[in-house]
Amino acid sequence: MDAITLFIEKNNLVFAFCFVGIVTYLSYWFSKKFTNKKIPGSAIAIIAGLVLAYIGGSISGGKKGIADIPIFGGMGLLGGAMMRDFAIVSTAMGASFTEIKKAGFVGIISLFLGILISFFVGASVAFFLGYTDPKSVVTIGAGTCTFIIGPVTGAAIGVSSEVIAISIAAGVVKAIIVTIATPVVARFIGLNNPSSAMVYGGLIGTTSGVAAGLAATDPKLVPYGAITATFYTGLGCLLCPSVLYMFVNYILS
Amino acid sequence: MVIYGVALLSGCYLAGQIFGILLGNLLNINTNVGGVGFAMIFLILISDWSKKKGFLPKASEQGVAFWAAMYIPIVVAMSSIQNVVSALSGGIVAILAGILATGISMLLVPVIVQLKNSNDQKSQNIEKA
Repeated sequence: MDAITLFIEKNNLVFAFCFVGIVTYLSYWFSKKFTNKKIPGSAIAIIAGLVLAYIGGSISGGKKGIADIPIFGGMGLLGGAMMRDFAIVSTAMGASFTEIKKAGFVGIISLFLGILISFFVGASVAFFLGYTDPKSVVTIGAGTCTFIIGPVTGAAIGVSSEVIAISIAAGVVKAIIVTIATPVVARFIGLNNPSSAMVYGGLIGTTSGVAAGLAATDPKLVPYGAITATFYTGLGCLLCPSVLYMFVNYILS
Repeated sequence: MVIYGVALLSGCYLAGQIFGILLGNLLNINTNVGGVGFAMIFLILISDWSKKKGFLPKASEQGVAFWAAMYIPIVVAMSSIQNVVSALSGGIVAILAGILATGISMLLVPVIVQLKNSNDQKSQNIEKA
């Protein structure tokens, strides 16, 4: 038994391919059998991934979901930032540059608006639930944008690690909610064409959430949403510790 | 050959990401600004151009298409390595902030799309006039 476990740990990426294949197969089967394909198989597979992440994190006590269990270590490589970004870029092959240019300006507006909305919603929640000092308010607001902007901002303005942890958690909650909610709300918010996908990517911003949410909704929209979302984190890291911090500091003191 | 497609994709990825890092340095923030976005634009432009010139035969294109098809499985793996436990234990602040921010942002999608459409119509009318 030990020999087999050791073998799988050594070949963890190959094992991950096989495992994801099985999860995907079961999810599509579930979609057909129990939901009459109303909930797409890809959406079920992604939610199954989140459940596995919860189980893995509970068992191991680590931060990387199922990848902290040694035989599933390959999931960390397959689902890590490198492969995610590589696959996102590859989807651009079928995208139309004309469509991107057409929605370029409105995409930029949605980026700024998206950061401001998430920031001020997160900051207000933090303020009303008892985190009243400007630095904590700003860090939690920044984390609500994405789980990268939170710690970057917190480190820049100097805040306790407890607040940084909350800011990361807020960003992860957002990514998870986006993943689950996107296919459900897509119909109601008109998310069915390249322009609205670009607006959506700019407003939501979290790359993991947008990537997974659009994949579950309509894979054809992925490149358009991803192309705006990819500027969100950079822009947020620029605005949160500077202009937005000064603004919140001025308001609160 | 398939490897030409994979190499083209990798080249665009690397060039775009490096561009994003340099832009981040230039702006004095230590993150990558839009690296993936630039990589996507490079790939669209180069593949369009080389298809027209006939530099990108079917087999080479498959080297990119394979990774595009692997996108959803990669996203499934990505979901399975999120820190869901800490998100749920981040307390009411994290959960409320995440839910509200997502909800309000999503509601704004149709508003902004509408703005764009009415703007488009206006400029079309001006052109017609």
